[in-house]
Amino acid sequence: MYPILRKEVLADKIILMDVKAPRVSHSCLPGQFIIAKIDEDGERIPLTICDYDREKETVTIVVQTIGASTERMALLEEGDSFEDFVGPLGQPSELCMEENLEETKKLNIVFIAGGLGTAPVYPQVKWLHEHGVDATVIMGSRTKDLLFYIDEMKAVAKEVYVTTDDGTYGFHGMGTNQLQALVDEGKHYDRCVAIGPMIMMKFVCKLTKELEIPTIVSMNPIMVDGTGMCGACRLIVDNQVKFACVDGPEFDGHLVDFDLAMARMAQYKTEEGRKKLELEEGDTHHGGCGHCGGDK
Amino acid sequence: MDGFVRVPISEQEPKVRATNFEEVCLGYTEEEAVKEAERCLNCKNPRCVGGCPVSINIPAFIQEVKNRNFEKAYEIISESSALPAVCGRVCPQENQCEGQCVRGIKGDAVAIGKLERFVADWAREHGIKPHSDAPKNGHKVAVIGSGPAGLACAGDLARLGYDVTIFEALHKTGGVLVYGIPEFRLPKDKVVAAEVENVKNLGVKIETNVIIGKSITIDELMEEEGFEAVFIGSGAGLPRFMGIPGEQALGVFSANEYLTRNNLMKAFKDLDTPISRGKKVVVVGGGNVAMDAARTALRLGAEVHIVYRRGEEELPARAEEVHHAKEEGVIFDLLQNPVEILTDDKNQVTGIRIIKMELGEPDASGRRSPIEIPGSEYDMDCDTVIMSLGTSPNPLISSTTVGMEVNRRGCIVAQEETGATTKNAVYAGGDAVTGAATVILAMGAGKTAAKGIDEYFKNH
Ligand SMILES: Cc1cc2nc3c(=O)[nH]c(=O)nc-3n(C[C@H](O)[C@H](O)[C@H](O)COP(=O)(O)OP(=O)(O)OC[C@H]3O[C@@H](n4cnc5c(N)ncnc54)[C@H](O)[C@@H]3O)c2cc1C
Ligand SMILES: Cc1cc2nc3c(=O)[nH]c(=O)nc-3n(C[C@H](O)[C@H](O)[C@H](O)COP(=O)(O)OP(=O)(O)OC[C@H]3O[C@@H](n4cnc5c(N)ncnc54)[C@H](O)[C@@H]3O)c2cc1C
Ligand code: SF4
Ligand code: FES
Repeated sequence: MYPILRKEVLADKIILMDVKAPRVSHSCLPGQFIIAKIDEDGERIPLTICDYDREKETVTIVVQTIGASTERMALLEEGDSFEDFVGPLGQPSELCMEENLEETKKLNIVFIAGGLGTAPVYPQVKWLHEHGVDATVIMGSRTKDLLFYIDEMKAVAKEVYVTTDDGTYGFHGMGTNQLQALVDEGKHYDRCVAIGPMIMMKFVCKLTKELEIPTIVSMNPIMVDGTGMCGACRLIVDNQVKFACVDGPEFDGHLVDFDLAMARMAQYKTEEGRKKLELEEGDTHHGGCGHCGGDK
Repeated sequence: MDGFVRVPISEQEPKVRATNFEEVCLGYTEEEAVKEAERCLNCKNPRCVGGCPVSINIPAFIQEVKNRNFEKAYEIISESSALPAVCGRVCPQENQCEGQCVRGIKGDAVAIGKLERFVADWAREHGIKPHSDAPKNGHKVAVIGSGPAGLACAGDLARLGYDVTIFEALHKTGGVLVYGIPEFRLPKDKVVAAEVENVKNLGVKIETNVIIGKSITIDELMEEEGFEAVFIGSGAGLPRFMGIPGEQALGVFSANEYLTRNNLMKAFKDLDTPISRGKKVVVVGGGNVAMDAARTALRLGAEVHIVYRRGEEELPARAEEVHHAKEEGVIFDLLQNPVEILTDDKNQVTGIRIIKMELGEPDASGRRSPIEIPGSEYDMDCDTVIMSLGTSPNPLISSTTVGMEVNRRGCIVAQEETGATTKNAVYAGGDAVTGAATVILAMGAGKTAAKGIDEYFKNH
């Protein structure tokens, strides 16, 4: 059993939890994820590690309620437990590895977080800050009410730019527009990390290809085991089959086949559900790019 | 009945069982078992024993069944096997003990597997459990993986007095026995969970949700958590795909994914984990895994075709599974091979393009390899394709363990007689060493390694 020690509502339908998970907390690094299962009959739900405390032996997750399982998860309270909580899974972010630190220090890095993507971006920016690298962060959301972690992010980043699609807070526009604006001002970046809805990552990659900024994305396809056993999470990267759970979740965004990855997300949707997915992609998932529908 | 024909076994009717997940074979009653045991000739040179990978004293246990000493029969089997209720159900007996039985020369071989299953079920139903009175010796051993290899190794080590902990990556114990082999062949609560309980009763601790190589490495287990020896029984779980066009489409699954959703996550009970209930399903492959996937799809309501590139003779699955699959209505399209998966504009599978094959001359290994017949392609409609082309060991452990060799196929290199790997105090066995094989071989390797580990401690 893995007890929930703290629960906090960050924004509409976005919930943070600190979960006691000693083994995961001792070995995890930014960029990795866990799989949580609520109870005997529950689904195995992959969630990014958003922070960790090796002393308190906790792992922080941020969950957006979008379907049956995440809604059930949101009903858990402090003191309740997950029956299963396994990890860390996947490869740590390359930028957040001690052995790459000398190289990383030479880079001017810009993070683009779309919607919930702020949660997984935060531990990376924090890790870099603690290791003497200060990064730029663009965090975008559809509207003001969905924003979270602005102060936390400001405390660890060199600069934070907040965008909203509807202009209710910060820059009126999308993450891609903000990046373009910064580059137009003469800012130079050697590395971009984009985390958010697939469609947002796709459009960030389209832009950064033009701008010639190498870009890392974090892919979150449908998963089952998370250990390379089922192949549900397979993607095409650089024309090769990769399993996101063991080879990723981070990949070179300029090599990912996003259209295929997005199509595969619809596997377990009924026709009706797929329509809902299109709607929801426009709704919950769409912080920071605003290209929704433009792709369909 | 003359001695040439075996006592028939009751099974669920094919039409009925094709719509449920209850066990197909109902097993012998006491009377039937005794009667079948009477057919054994109690040979002086029992050929059956030579065919058993773990050399169970087959005539001896069968004589005890004949004399209704079922508990004694169980003890005899338990000397060589840790999982008789499982092996009695899933061993390919026709290639092993029963394939060698002299009775088989003129008539039916003795139903050794069914008798083994009867004895193990009888013992479980009568509360007979393995126990150990060996004094604890205080040495800590870690066992990685809770499949047949890990369970057998852990059980034997506990019986010798070792302090054993099993680390399992998934949330449930049993390896392929829980995630791969379906309920209708191997009941999970009744049989598998009972075997796991037996191992726990011997004092073995089990920690689920620990992925060795990720949550903690073997080197850390030994340096930081005080484990003096390690057994790796992590199986061969990595699925293969064909590499043909359309394989990434919606509706194409690995057999592992399909079976895991259904068996481990119990999707057939309509719990939280979804499964795609196809209308027409094509399963590619001819092994046990393919049969299981096909019969699962059938039970979920689909018309099912098995497409296999060789012929009936060459099907690697157990004979009983092929027979059951046919009875239930699975259609076999043999000597055929997919070349492309057809899709619509939403990337959903709409069909499969298949080429016909013929068998060529036997190659160096004596196996006749299938050759495509040019121009014989045809298209079959379907909405789901399940790839069942074999699996290989997962590199998670080997890539994070310093000084342990693997071969070119990613299998861990281990000595056959002891299970010792090239890393000191680290042993391995089962599918992780051999590549995908059988339950009995994995179990046997686990037992061999337990002996090897015991020797290691005696010499240190
Ligand atoms: C590596 C990885 C990291 C993730 N990190 C987080 C995280 O930190 N926080 C978080 O809230 N979610 C995260 N997700 C997504 C999360 O796992 C899904 O939202 C969840 O499985 C949906 O389950 P559900 O039953 O609530 O919704 P469902 O009813 O299964 O689906 C509802 C909607 O979510 C979409 N969906 C289904 N699976 C996924 C998925 N894997 N990713 C994205 N959308 C999905 C569906 O298409 C549908 O529109 C991550 C996924 C992966 C693979
Ligand atoms: C669908 C299917 C049907 C089959 N049918 C038959 C049959 O009828 N007859 C027969 O004899 N054989 C059959 N087999 C083959 C047989 O099941 C295997 O050969 C056998 O289970 C191998 O046992 P094992 O202990 O080596 O590995 P497994 O049973 O694969 O168990 C390995 C365990 O290790 C765990 N693990 C893996 N990596 C790690 C890690 N890094 N950390 C912690 N734990 C880890 C896995 O989660 C798993 O639980 C079948 C296999 C399948 C898939
Ligand atoms: S070979 Fe057949 S008849 Fe002879 S001992 Fe073995 S099971 Fe009995
Ligand atoms: S989730 Fe099963 S292989 Fe990646």
